Amino acid sequence: MNQFPWLTVIGLIPLVGAVVLWLLPASLIDRAKHIALGASVVTLIFAVAGALQFSTASKDKFQLVEEHSWIPQFGVSYALGVDGIALSLILMSVILVPVCLLAAWNDLPAEEAHRERHYFALMLVLETFMVGVFAATDVFLFYVFFEAMLVPVYFLIGQFGGPRRQYAAVKFLLFSLAGGLIMLAAVIALYVQGPGGADGFLLTKLAGIQLAPGTEKWIFLGFFIAFAVKAPMVPVHTWLPDAAAESRPATATLLVGVLDKVGTYGMIRFCLELFPGASQWATPVVLVLALVSVLYGALLAIGQTDLMRLIAFTSISHFGFIVLGIFAMTSTSWAGSSFYMINHGFSTAGLFLVAGMLISRRGSKRIPDFGGWQRVVPGLAGVWLIAGLSGLALPGLGSFVSEFLVLAGTYQRYQVVAIIATTGIILAALYILLMYQRTMTGAKPESAAGTPDLSLREKWVVAPLIALFIVLGFYPKPVLDMVTPAVTTILTSIQVSDPAPVVGAAEGSTK
Amino acid sequence: MSLSLTTVAGMSAGMPLVGDAAAAHAASGFAAYAWLLVAFPLLGAAVLLLGGRRTDSWGPLFATAMSWAAFLVGFGVFLSLLGLGSEERALSLHLFSWVPAGQFQLEAGMLLDPLSVAFVLLVTFVGSLIHVYSLGYMEHDPDKRRFFAYLNLFVAAMLLLVLADSYLLVYVGWEGVGLASYLLIGFWNWNPPYASAANKAFVANRVGDVGMGLAIMAMFWQFGAVDFQTVNAGVANANQGALTVIGLFLLLAACGKSAQFPLQSWLGDAMAGPTPVSALIHAATMVTAGVYLVVRSHAIFDAAPNAQLAVVIVGAITLTYGAIVGCAKDDIKKALAASTMSQIGYMMLAAGLGPVGYAFAIFHLLTHGFFKAGMFLGAGSVMHGMNDKVDMRGFGNLSGVMKITWVTFGLGWLAILGVPPFAGFWSKDKIIEAAFVGEGWRPWVFGMATLIGAGITAFYMSRLFFMTFHGDKRWPKEAHPHESPRTMTVPMIVLAVGSAFLGLILGPTNGILHWLEPVVGGHGQEHHPVIPAIPLMGLTLLVVAGGVALAWMRYWRDAVPRTAPVGSLLTRAARQDLYQDQVNEGVLMRPGIHLTRALVFLDQRGVDGAAGGLAALIGGTSSRLRKVQNGLARSYALTMLLGVVVILGVVWVVQ
Repeated sequence: MNQFPWLTVIGLIPLVGAVVLWLLPASLIDRAKHIALGASVVTLIFAVAGALQFSTASKDKFQLVEEHSWIPQFGVSYALGVDGIALSLILMSVILVPVCLLAAWNDLPAEEAHRERHYFALMLVLETFMVGVFAATDVFLFYVFFEAMLVPVYFLIGQFGGPRRQYAAVKFLLFSLAGGLIMLAAVIALYVQGPGGADGFLLTKLAGIQLAPGTEKWIFLGFFIAFAVKAPMVPVHTWLPDAAAESRPATATLLVGVLDKVGTYGMIRFCLELFPGASQWATPVVLVLALVSVLYGALLAIGQTDLMRLIAFTSISHFGFIVLGIFAMTSTSWAGSSFYMINHGFSTAGLFLVAGMLISRRGSKRIPDFGGWQRVVPGLAGVWLIAGLSGLALPGLGSFVSEFLVLAGTYQRYQVVAIIATTGIILAALYILLMYQRTMTGAKPESAAGTPDLSLREKWVVAPLIALFIVLGFYPKPVLDMVTPAVTTILTSIQVSDPAPVVGAAEGSTK
Repeated sequence: MSLSLTTVAGMSAGMPLVGDAAAAHAASGFAAYAWLLVAFPLLGAAVLLLGGRRTDSWGPLFATAMSWAAFLVGFGVFLSLLGLGSEERALSLHLFSWVPAGQFQLEAGMLLDPLSVAFVLLVTFVGSLIHVYSLGYMEHDPDKRRFFAYLNLFVAAMLLLVLADSYLLVYVGWEGVGLASYLLIGFWNWNPPYASAANKAFVANRVGDVGMGLAIMAMFWQFGAVDFQTVNAGVANANQGALTVIGLFLLLAACGKSAQFPLQSWLGDAMAGPTPVSALIHAATMVTAGVYLVVRSHAIFDAAPNAQLAVVIVGAITLTYGAIVGCAKDDIKKALAASTMSQIGYMMLAAGLGPVGYAFAIFHLLTHGFFKAGMFLGAGSVMHGMNDKVDMRGFGNLSGVMKITWVTFGLGWLAILGVPPFAGFWSKDKIIEAAFVGEGWRPWVFGMATLIGAGITAFYMSRLFFMTFHGDKRWPKEAHPHESPRTMTVPMIVLAVGSAFLGLILGPTNGILHWLEPVVGGHGQEHHPVIPAIPLMGLTLLVVAGGVALAWMRYWRDAVPRTAPVGSLLTRAARQDLYQDQVNEGVLMRPGIHLTRALVFLDQRGVDGAAGGLAALIGGTSSRLRKVQNGLARSYALTMLLGVVVILGVVWVVQ
């Protein structure tokens, strides 16, 4: 514990950046976004440095641990630590933030320049909370970050969003609040059932406690409902399309790409780890809901006429896959779901941010307002297609590996479920390719002639994302090596073992 | 697993006597550079796509050079294999650790064996020729750089497909070629129907790809791994039902990629792509990947007779279907596409027959790759000379003005007919012979399908040939048909030479049988078709001659009407591809559209309505919500505070 507090520092840098932005003298106000980008890049550097301290061979459940008593009277500790799953999510978040900041560079028109520092500061605050929520190993601290994240997002949507931003922001808040309150009740109930004491909210203290089956189910449900709202699973998904459609693309990316991951991450960290019995009890229902999400999200995506809503619905489908993998409970499906969370973050960023580039050029989010744009902006069309291919999980891109692992792991236990879920793969081809067809193909629209193609700044936005798609597709090993020990540890701790191959594995099975 | 196979595999000491890939040695020497096969064309694609307009001038040549470089590497690997004893011709090339995830562990690697190398030679040789041809064909297209980038991408993906040593890596190549195909079919996608054709191809392929994915999942479930070696080793102990399921999933995959019934509908529309693409992807290579998959998975199919039967049935249906459709098409490319479908049906059928057919399936695949690519290039040459017209009713008597095209096309025509000694005679007739082998009803049904199919093939190919090159001149005055430039005719000549002699080189010498024996096993003992071989050959030639004669009477001797006559019920159905699109539309598309619309409505009114109602209940009407939104942040803070107080209270009480 005497070591460098990596996680605190990673979380603090953006917060400091935000404070600097708010305190900025008027003379420097046009430097606000440069400072914000700088802060996020420094955060990224520290996060990478911190990740290098992380050992995939370690036997410890959590690494980079920090633990301080916070409110001992109520058992609350300031406790941080990460396993491979949490660390990979933190890395994804801190990679996405500078990309999003760069994408949001010209979001505000010149006459609103005075609001710029506020806009960028909110994103930095959000980054702090994102790091915190994935790093928290104290249940109460997690809850605090979980709720605190709503605040910057609420303002990002409500103050900087589209025409229906207030409706969307309130809807987002109400859904999240409802979920959050239910979780709060569950958090308290969990503490009451736990050993208590000055550090009674610590995950390590709460894991493995014996709960009466009835109690366990109730507390599980409290957590699960909150996470299901956050991850948006059908039928509590309806806030997401509105929130995404009324957000700026950069906000939508952080909202769907990172924030919603707290839902699926929470399912692994809390639902499965703390309530394995109840999780297994709920599995049939959750699997059905996950399947419904996969198919419903995909079908709804096909039927959308708003680019941002369309992408939001594809995410609902993808979250269905992630939840499916989590509740299939095999090491393969878990590695797949953990990796899926990372890939989905990048691929959603690609879709939202490139959509943003199109929308800012056309001045409309409506798909019918496009058409034939490949003839106008071929470079943009190319990256749009690549982002789409990542969304449909084309083999060779990272999203394919994770989707396949989810399904292969699911197939081991639930063949029928896996077979039905593959329908989502076909539908994915439809929603992506129809979207591409409607926006990019067809005769050149004369009205759009002269629209500029990708600018240098935009190239820097998409280049890291495309590089990540391809690298993670052909060389996913670094991420998989990071998450696999965590997956194995958790599955062992909740006493779930993988189904053995039907035909005894031959000696060459690792080949 | 056949006996001959185990004896072949058993030659390498210390390895289990299980199958082909199990005997693979680590590649050394020149073969260790086989990864360059994929790397060269991939580099070409990357340079052209990332280089942008700067590469416009030299890009196409660079891409062509990359393709030839891949051919040279492929030829080198072929020579290295040739230098080994036939039983040692299986080299494995480890690349890197790809997917290490919990129970699922997979290394990326290549398998260099006679089957994969045969494909490598076909793909790189025909592919490179078509690159050269495209230099001429696409000369005036403003986007030709992009075209060559996609061609290179295709070659890279196709080589990955055939060289991969695990099913998951095959899958990468499998969808990679699908992507290249999508991009190239939609190359002129400012024309809306072409964009739709591209989508249709990708989606129909994706249905097949899901079969591939499911097959791999089922393999992992059964064997705990998805590399060829483990899967082949596990087959002996697996339950036949599970193997049948895997086999059927693989068949679904093959149906998508190879345009086999019931996933055939995309191939005709795929002719929207530039003709060199039709020749390379939609005739010679990609569409035959399904046949490769079945032959590569022969261990599974050999142990799952019901899945094998399904393969044969699919092949028989498709070969008949394609042949019927081919008789009614007036669009020269669509007629060739129908023919491709039908010919792949032959290969599929042969692959489903088991050890008696594997080698001939691949043999016909190779010869077909030459003659069909040659004919497509010929069709492209005709279009080039006829202002991109494709309606054969507007052609006729072109033999005089396009002599090279006529002769090269003619050789392809003789090859596909199976006229001795041209290529098809050695490959297709062997499939017919193999289809007549067996007991009970099967040889009669499948044998007759191939035999009648040969007759229909002769009819529609002769119809195509005569309508284009012979009979009366039907083109308008303003058309000035002319021979194509050298860049186009030279590849056509090379392919025509292949069409003429490839069969002669590989057939009577049994070269192809010996070459493939280490992979698919020996041809087995003497097989006796239910009709003896020599009379059967005579019968086949008779049927073929009948088809040609009929076509001669109707499309050479008699005048061909400029507009198509109404035709019989069957003709009209065949023109509509036997109503495949109407069926798909009625069964899948329309219900799908209605379902989507209904769900969109339901989501807004139902699910969201319920949630909105709940919200209204909590916070008043939504309009009031909007008015009070400024206060809402405060009330939120209040709620948070309240929450904290509640916790503190509860905790205090508990303690």
